[in-house]
Amino acid sequence: MEILDKRNFEEKIFKILMIFSLLVVLSSLIIIVGIVLFRGGSSLSLDMITQVSTGELYQSGTGGILNAIIGSLLLALPATGLAYIFGIFIALFLQKDFLHPRISVFIRLSLDILWGIPSIIYGVFCVMIMMFLGFGTSLLAGIIALTFLEIPIITRSIDESIKMVPDGLKESAYSLGSTRFETAVRVVRKQALPGIIAGVLLGLGRGIGDAASILFTAGFTSNIPTSLLDSTSALPTMIYFLYLSPNPLAQQKAYAAAFILLVIVLTISILSRALTKKSTKYVIK
Amino acid sequence: MDEKIEQQIETKNLNVTIDNNHILKNINVKIPAKKLTAIIGPSGCGKTTLLKSFNRLLEIRDDVKINGKIIVDNINILSPKLNVPDIRKKMGLLSQKPYPLPMSIYENVAYGLKIHHRISGKKLDETVENCLREAGIWGEVKDRLHDPASKLSVGQQQRLCLARAIAVQPEVLLCDEPTSALDPIAAQQIEKLLDKLKKDFTVVLVTHTLRQAKRLADYVIFLYFGYVIEQGPANQVFDDPKQPETKAYIKGDIS
Repeated sequence: MEILDKRNFEEKIFKILMIFSLLVVLSSLIIIVGIVLFRGGSSLSLDMITQVSTGELYQSGTGGILNAIIGSLLLALPATGLAYIFGIFIALFLQKDFLHPRISVFIRLSLDILWGIPSIIYGVFCVMIMMFLGFGTSLLAGIIALTFLEIPIITRSIDESIKMVPDGLKESAYSLGSTRFETAVRVVRKQALPGIIAGVLLGLGRGIGDAASILFTAGFTSNIPTSLLDSTSALPTMIYFLYLSPNPLAQQKAYAAAFILLVIVLTISILSRALTKKSTKYVIK
Repeated sequence: MDEKIEQQIETKNLNVTIDNNHILKNINVKIPAKKLTAIIGPSGCGKTTLLKSFNRLLEIRDDVKINGKIIVDNINILSPKLNVPDIRKKMGLLSQKPYPLPMSIYENVAYGLKIHHRISGKKLDETVENCLREAGIWGEVKDRLHDPASKLSVGQQQRLCLARAIAVQPEVLLCDEPTSALDPIAAQQIEKLLDKLKKDFTVVLVTHTLRQAKRLADYVIFLYFGYVIEQGPANQVFDDPKQPETKAYIKGDIS
């Protein structure tokens, strides 16, 4: 009887801990969105997304951040695309079909370490590349920095979802006479698609929200970039500089910009899931 | 074995070691063409390993060592010079649990046709239909060819896998306990199909149900702890087994 009481007690504590943890995380999410809306909502206007920033923006908080919105998209989308291309090939290569597990263990470990490297290090590293190749702060340099930042994230996420593909499915493809390439691209990739999308979105979220890696590489400007070698602003750096302003109106704009960033990430996430829904319904459970 | 019967697969001193466990020991078997050969024996005796060595599927694992010869059409398929997908193309596989490809029903059958024969359009449609008919599933899927294959029942999936294997035009069908995950009715459908298909294909069936082997087999190989204890025509092995282990297994003393 006593033992049963103890076990029931454990069960209750366990349940309370689970609910408590969930509530802490959920409520902080709601609070973040709430504060961003509360502080920035009043300065959300059409001007915000139709006008480019000027010096006035930091002084008196008038004007928009169109250049940062476009800059962020021009930085993060190509970087995510590039990181996906590298990531999917590395992830497929890491599977036991191609690489001996003894070797892939080390590659996975180094990718995990890369994942943990602070993004400012990627920024500094890219400055070295820029100096070597002889170009300054630019869209191109920012894209390169973000690509490096996103590659470990996207690769490891895709890798984990591909690892979950059952051996039986691969065996089916092989016994039909598929080459390893056909099996990887036509079968494994399709089966792992939901995980691949999640991994790409994870990388995109990290890339579009990162300020440190683009601070030295993409630069900061009021102009919308017209070539790969132009400097560009981005939302994270814009938020940083707006928040530094002593003018409370400019600080409000920082929250408004943060809200726009949230909306962009959410829109891309919903869009990509909707677009791939057709192909994910074929996944074998 | 009767010398007149054409041989499809022959192994010579085949030894397989997986993760330093000696699974198959000096296997010498002959599998006749266009017949149904059942590989029987208690679980864990190496039946599936033997089957998967025939299409070099064992090599997907990195800790496998294979020695000896497996001769198919006068060629040792273990020779490192050969192109493995070509060997596998000759050997369709029906696994224990059906794994349809993550595509539509139609694409599952078309997959092999596309990668090997590069056919498309109307000819592809016709061939897909023929394969689905051959596997006895056409009537059930003809109105929903473009639905995901995962929506089918397990029994239907297994017949789809059969259709998909036939589409590649293999010489051999390797069946690894293909009915063990199915309900009795679905299992019976598969058995009937295998019985029909052995006219055109060499069927190798791994089974742990003795009754299934008795119903279907023309030729039987009895494996026990990695050794071939007995092999021969089904009636001979079942009615007049020579070895004590075979007698005990068929009587039901060991399982």
